[in-house]
Amino acid sequence: MRDTTSLLPLIVRDLRLERDGRVLLDVPIARIQNRQRNVILGPNGAGKSLFLKTCHGLVPPTSGSIEFTRPASAADNRRKQAMVFQKPVMLRRSVRANFMHALAMAGVGWRERRRIATETMAQFGLSSLADMPARVLSGGEQQRLAIARAASLWPDLLFLDEPTSSLDPTASRQIEDMLEILHERGVTLVLTTHDLGLARRFADVILFFHNGRLVEESNAERFFTAPQTPEAKAFLEHRLFW
Amino acid sequence: MQQDAISTASILSLLLGDGGHFLGIIFLSLQVTITAVTCAGLVGLPLGAALALSRFPGRTVIIVLVNTMMGFPPVVAGLAIFLLLSRSGPLGDMGLLFTPKAMMIAQFVLVLPIIVALTRQTIEDLWTEYQDHLTSLGAGRLRSIPTLLWDARFSLVTTLLAGLGRASAEVGAILIVGGNIAGFTRTMTTSIALETSKGDLPLAMALGVVLMSLTLAINSLAYGISRVGARFSGKS
Amino acid sequence: MLRRTFVTAAASMLVALGMFHPAEAEERFITVASTTSTQDSGLFDALLPAFTAKTGITVKVIAQGTGQALDTARRGDADVVFVHAKAQELKFLEDGFGVKRYPVMYNDFVVVGPKSDPAGIAGGKDVAAAFKAIAEKKAPFVSRGDKSGTHSAELKLWTAAGIDLPAVRGEWYREIGQGMGATLNTANAMVAYTLSDRGTWIAFANKGDLGIVVEGDKKLFNQYGVMLVNPTKIPTVKVDDGQAFIDWLISPEGQAMIAGYRIGDQQLFFPNADDPKA
Repeated sequence: MRDTTSLLPLIVRDLRLERDGRVLLDVPIARIQNRQRNVILGPNGAGKSLFLKTCHGLVPPTSGSIEFTRPASAADNRRKQAMVFQKPVMLRRSVRANFMHALAMAGVGWRERRRIATETMAQFGLSSLADMPARVLSGGEQQRLAIARAASLWPDLLFLDEPTSSLDPTASRQIEDMLEILHERGVTLVLTTHDLGLARRFADVILFFHNGRLVEESNAERFFTAPQTPEAKAFLEHRLFW
Repeated sequence: MQQDAISTASILSLLLGDGGHFLGIIFLSLQVTITAVTCAGLVGLPLGAALALSRFPGRTVIIVLVNTMMGFPPVVAGLAIFLLLSRSGPLGDMGLLFTPKAMMIAQFVLVLPIIVALTRQTIEDLWTEYQDHLTSLGAGRLRSIPTLLWDARFSLVTTLLAGLGRASAEVGAILIVGGNIAGFTRTMTTSIALETSKGDLPLAMALGVVLMSLTLAINSLAYGISRVGARFSGKS
Repeated sequence: MLRRTFVTAAASMLVALGMFHPAEAEERFITVASTTSTQDSGLFDALLPAFTAKTGITVKVIAQGTGQALDTARRGDADVVFVHAKAQELKFLEDGFGVKRYPVMYNDFVVVGPKSDPAGIAGGKDVAAAFKAIAEKKAPFVSRGDKSGTHSAELKLWTAAGIDLPAVRGEWYREIGQGMGATLNTANAMVAYTLSDRGTWIAFANKGDLGIVVEGDKKLFNQYGVMLVNPTKIPTVKVDDGQAFIDWLISPEGQAMIAGYRIGDQQLFFPNADDPKA
């Protein structure tokens, strides 16, 4: 039923993003590995969100390339990835209609849409909210809806920008559980976070950004036990402010 | 004297007397106005949304023009349409002058800029919020238009009602292109003008009260819808 | 739920709209460009139903000043003109826009003014003297100023009174460019004199302090004529139905109805289709 061949890994080469003469991103090379949990760390203003958006194709880079290993049409590439934004975009409709809309945009037929929406809501504990206007949900519920909505598209690759920011510990926990489910399903996850606890528990790979540059890319265990760069060391010791 | 006897009962008897003559006038007014606003909505909403999402040289000029057209003097619009539809004008062969259709065209022309301008503003604001999400879903600008229009529906209903308000209060243009023909192109506003000129001020006032009641009803509806909309937008 | 309500409301609105599509057009009708005096006096409301009942032809009346009504016909937007300014009508014929002019009826003009009568002309029979007095005392006077039949009659009266209007006109002389009813409303509000056709005056409901100050002078005679618009100039003219309306107006039946139209006990119009010189 589903195309199981993956597009990944995603290879980023010589990526530069400049605006008004300022270099916002400078990434000579980065790899997003298949089925890995990639966590992007770095202080505020390090370019983490921008890197996600650029990889997802929302922000065109000034130069450089972002390529999937198995080249496909642009539309195919688009369909196999999804993104959850820091402030989740809630359509002014019911929770169910939010799912239906995303599925419609992905070209899913009407009957299928209903079925997938119902299934996904059940899977992520959103069924009781199905007919509520999405915008009256709490922050945690909105974030769960946003992630479940992205998940309903069955992407190979899912970008998440600060999925647990401004959530209470319970809500954060629920989000983490959802991410675990997606990981088990085989989805490649790329997320930014300020929550070092989440990063330690969850990450397979860490990409550490500082001042728009990808400073360190390494196995999570090694990053936390033996960071290779002074910036990363400083960051982990909460000494890196700028 | 009769001038000051404007009670509910006298209004009712004035309106219901004469074999339902005035019900016909009220009905024609509603029909002309609602048709004009519906058509203006069908054209104006997508057009406004397209203008909100498109980027092309001269776009700013068009936006300023449309905003200016919101204040288009009805009499000027009426005159222009009159000259177009007159037998000796370019569209004279259609025989539309002095018909309800001519009045609908006039009101369409007056209401369209309001709908386009307000829709553009609303949709542009919503687009700022939705752009990343919709682009992420692979919907281009064109495919985003229906989503945006639907999600802005409560604001847009208010926009349509603003158009309805302008159309229903309008007299200058429809008087010129409709001719105020009894039983055919005589609407509430043109009747008020006529009865005033006949010196029948009580009847003119009675019609005025009806018109104001309708306007009140429309605005109550607008308020109700915006409250429902606020719920959907999660603002209350 | 909310969404369903919304959709239902929108749908029912559209259905309502479709249901009440008017029985407009497709029926037989002619367009008559006429004057505000015939409409504001209520004459047409009395005449037209009888004509429609007899012939099945609906008459759509555009009420304008005589000059404007003739212009409407010149542009081809009317089939028949029914107005009251002989000179302008003859010019219309001469330019080839009319087929033939038929006299229909007359009424007369009256000079209307406030009870305070600042020009001291009340009760007079000589309209020329009255106009002279108004001009000399610079008593407020409201003029139609709209090229209507009444307006051109008024201008002729100033000339007859030996007044060179452009030379003496000042703030006392107010041209408002509107119909008869609006002019009477204005005269009432400004405590001014004005010239009105008798029909509109009698039917006018907002007389206030106004009353007739001069009437009965032969110079105040007001003749109405009717003309079919010339199909050789305007091919869209509905010749047969338009002519049917004219024939009916000047027929004994039409003439009797005109004579029979009364407000209170006053006859407003006097049929005279049998007077070829009118």
